[in-house]
Amino acid sequence: MIELKDVSKKFGTVQALDGINLVIPRGKIVGLFGPNGAGKSTSLKMIAGLNRPDSGEVRIDDKLPGQRRDIIAFLPEIDYLYSWWTIKDAAAFIRAFYPDWEEDKYRELLKFLNLQEDMKISKISKGQRAKAKLILTISRQAPYLLMDEPLSGIDILTREEIINTLIRDYRAGEQTIVISTHEINDVESLVDEVIFIDNGQVKLEGNADELRAQKGLSLAEIMKEAFRNAQ
Amino acid sequence: MEFRNSEPIYQQIIDNFKKQIIRGELCQGDKIPSQREFAEKIRVNPNTVQRAYREMENMKMVETVRGQGTFLIAGAQMQAEIKKDMAGGVLNYFITEMKSLGYSRTEMLDLLSRHLDSEEGEK
Repeated sequence: MIELKDVSKKFGTVQALDGINLVIPRGKIVGLFGPNGAGKSTSLKMIAGLNRPDSGEVRIDDKLPGQRRDIIAFLPEIDYLYSWWTIKDAAAFIRAFYPDWEEDKYRELLKFLNLQEDMKISKISKGQRAKAKLILTISRQAPYLLMDEPLSGIDILTREEIINTLIRDYRAGEQTIVISTHEINDVESLVDEVIFIDNGQVKLEGNADELRAQKGLSLAEIMKEAFRNAQ
Repeated sequence: MEFRNSEPIYQQIIDNFKKQIIRGELCQGDKIPSQREFAEKIRVNPNTVQRAYREMENMKMVETVRGQGTFLIAGAQMQAEIKKDMAGGVLNYFITEMKSLGYSRTEMLDLLSRHLDSEEGEK
């Protein structure tokens, strides 16, 4: 279980998180939705142990994020792969860090997503880079998978490939995936829990199907409604 | 399978199986796909598929036999009940909408039978 308790974080004069409270149970695929600057990336990085709260607590299975890097796989939004690397180089880098790396799965995913190991990062398309980042993240057997905007700026076919891969590889009931995205329409049938955040606070959360049943609206429409009410 | 994003997806999965039962495409004893296969095929979160299967088990529509798979156990009687049930849902929707358009009982029946007549005439 991931918990954020009354967490605040300021960058300069910008209040990125403003006393946010979050509970993410194990075994769910959670959509983290919100406009630009809502605090999505800051939350994910904090869970991954890449930044610290000014106040409040973050716990992963009752431990501090820094002590739990072994059970968290993080896919950052930025392009962190060196341009002179091949996919093979990138895999070797991650493999050296994490004992839960699964070589068989890595090879199988390369094939499934039509990538070759000797492809150079600088030579491949944006969509292929997104797929490479995905492979590098999910080739680890981590129980927590955090993905920051894995679909943004990519063509629709690649977005579908990424979603298919996630569904295909998901270990139901045991694995937790938190995915932040603007492309709510793409992930309507992927997520089972949703968290809408804005201005560093949670505006609405719940089970995706329960919210649809209550409101008779899609998640995209529910989010629009939540933000209209918040303003 | 196309989903309406404004309705619970697990419910749409169940309704889809119910329709297959009503149309006779699925019969008692037939094996349905495993949860994993089905989730991949329809591109839906495996947890959502699991919920749909669990509900169908609770309804005694299907039964999961360990190591063998999930089988349809609904018989003729259940098929008839499901059919009646789903038709009732459609009718309720129809009546509510017609009432909101100001139709009375007689007007509704009249319009419906005329509509059916003209549809049959086209065939």
